[in-house]
Amino acid sequence: MTDEPGLRASECASGHLAFPRHPVCRECGAATVGSVDLSDETAEVVTWTTSTATPPGVREPNTLAIVEFDVAGETVRAIGGTTTEDVAIGDVVEPVYVAELRDPDAGIREPASQEWDGYRYRPVDDE
Amino acid sequence: MDVALIGASMTQFGQREGWIRDLLVEAGSACLDDAGVDGATVDHCYVSNMASGEFEGQTGIMNALAHDLGLVPAYAERVDQTSASGGAGIYEAWQSVASGASEMTLLVGGEKMTHRTTAESTDVIASITHPVEYKHGVTLPSFAGLTARAYLERHDAPRESLAHVAVKNHANGALNPKAQFRTEVDLETVLESPIVADPLRLYDFCPVTDGSAALLFCPASVADDYADEYVVVSGVAGATDTHVVHERDDPTVMGGVVESGEAAFEMADLRPADVDVAELHDMFTILECLQLEGLGFADPGTAWKLAMDGVTARDGDLPVNTSGGLKSKGHPLGASGVAQAVELYEQLLGEAGDRQVDAETGLACNVGGFGNCVITTLLEVAA
Repeated sequence: MTDEPGLRASECASGHLAFPRHPVCRECGAATVGSVDLSDETAEVVTWTTSTATPPGVREPNTLAIVEFDVAGETVRAIGGTTTEDVAIGDVVEPVYVAELRDPDAGIREPASQEWDGYRYRPVDDE
Repeated sequence: MDVALIGASMTQFGQREGWIRDLLVEAGSACLDDAGVDGATVDHCYVSNMASGEFEGQTGIMNALAHDLGLVPAYAERVDQTSASGGAGIYEAWQSVASGASEMTLLVGGEKMTHRTTAESTDVIASITHPVEYKHGVTLPSFAGLTARAYLERHDAPRESLAHVAVKNHANGALNPKAQFRTEVDLETVLESPIVADPLRLYDFCPVTDGSAALLFCPASVADDYADEYVVVSGVAGATDTHVVHERDDPTVMGGVVESGEAAFEMADLRPADVDVAELHDMFTILECLQLEGLGFADPGTAWKLAMDGVTARDGDLPVNTSGGLKSKGHPLGASGVAQAVELYEQLLGEAGDRQVDAETGLACNVGGFGNCVITTLLEVAA
């Protein structure tokens, strides 16, 4: 089961989005037929936390948010770190690429088993 | 076939000298002794455990326990459902007897964790997460912080409401000789403790714990041969929710709790109002509220009031976590679901000492991951 690289939501034949990728749509059961790049979209913070007890190889503190993208009326959520501890529910954020989100060699998971780059979320000022 | 519980035991929870095999043997042999049953009588042996390989480098612990307790050639199986392994073990043990495959089933849950640092233990537990979560350093406590913020803001609930859960469960744990923490805490202590996952603080979280607990199951039709008083498993059911937590439509609803609870109540032909005492999976204070709502004990968005108003206190209408809960008793992952039923067993048979409440029907809800896998069990004292 390989996940899409980058920040791409899978799209089913009925147009429902999912992140991470699902082979079959959770909402309607239709097959996944494509994907949508979310990295140039903005999203809204659904909820957030600042974790101060982080595992080996993870920044501390680690502020995390669940964010919701709205792509032409279809919503899809993702989780990720934020670039600042100064966030609030409802904030508009944009994805920012980070080459290594945590030290792959410090934790329990086999480094080769997954990707370690990805996107954190930065509040957009003009909101 | 109705299934009876005729024995129960748990070890001291906390920081223990022994390793996983020692802990399992201690609880397992005490359980057999409690029921006066010889190990040679055991047909099936289930061991609930999340991660003995990762924590200690000891795998195959079901066979080790069968060997150490003299159960050979009994059928033995390890049950892993992460933090819900204990509840899943109850489900497996019930199935083994209800199906007729076993006439005597021993279930032992256990975990040895405290030799690892808290960061290492957190990482072992966080390894259940999806790669898109794990790479961001998402942990179970951080899920609790994300959910607590959404819940408190949406329902305009005060932060203190969650602290009341911790205060209540510590007060109960102070009366439980097997609990890891036997000290009461006040609201101020909880609210001023260090932040772990904002808005949640240290006292909103259960500790890292070593410990084991055990139960003995047989057909209710022969339970009289072993025990004057016993308990019947009247309902048990499990369910899952999404692996990826952010995919859930409502972050404050635990679908596995709702589904497993409805199925267990239907199997037992009981309703929430019939429950006299409940053990809920308070790995984090917010989870006690979410389970009270998911199981139908409170309307959505209202369970935060119950600990504040004393409803869930020992002398309230629905005593919750009389054992001290995971919060105060401790949370040795694979043992916790079994220990919940041990508390109910003692409450239903009038053996709970200073914690005793008036109860004939008890419910346990054991949550794996952040609601990823859930088992709900209903126990009733045999008429």
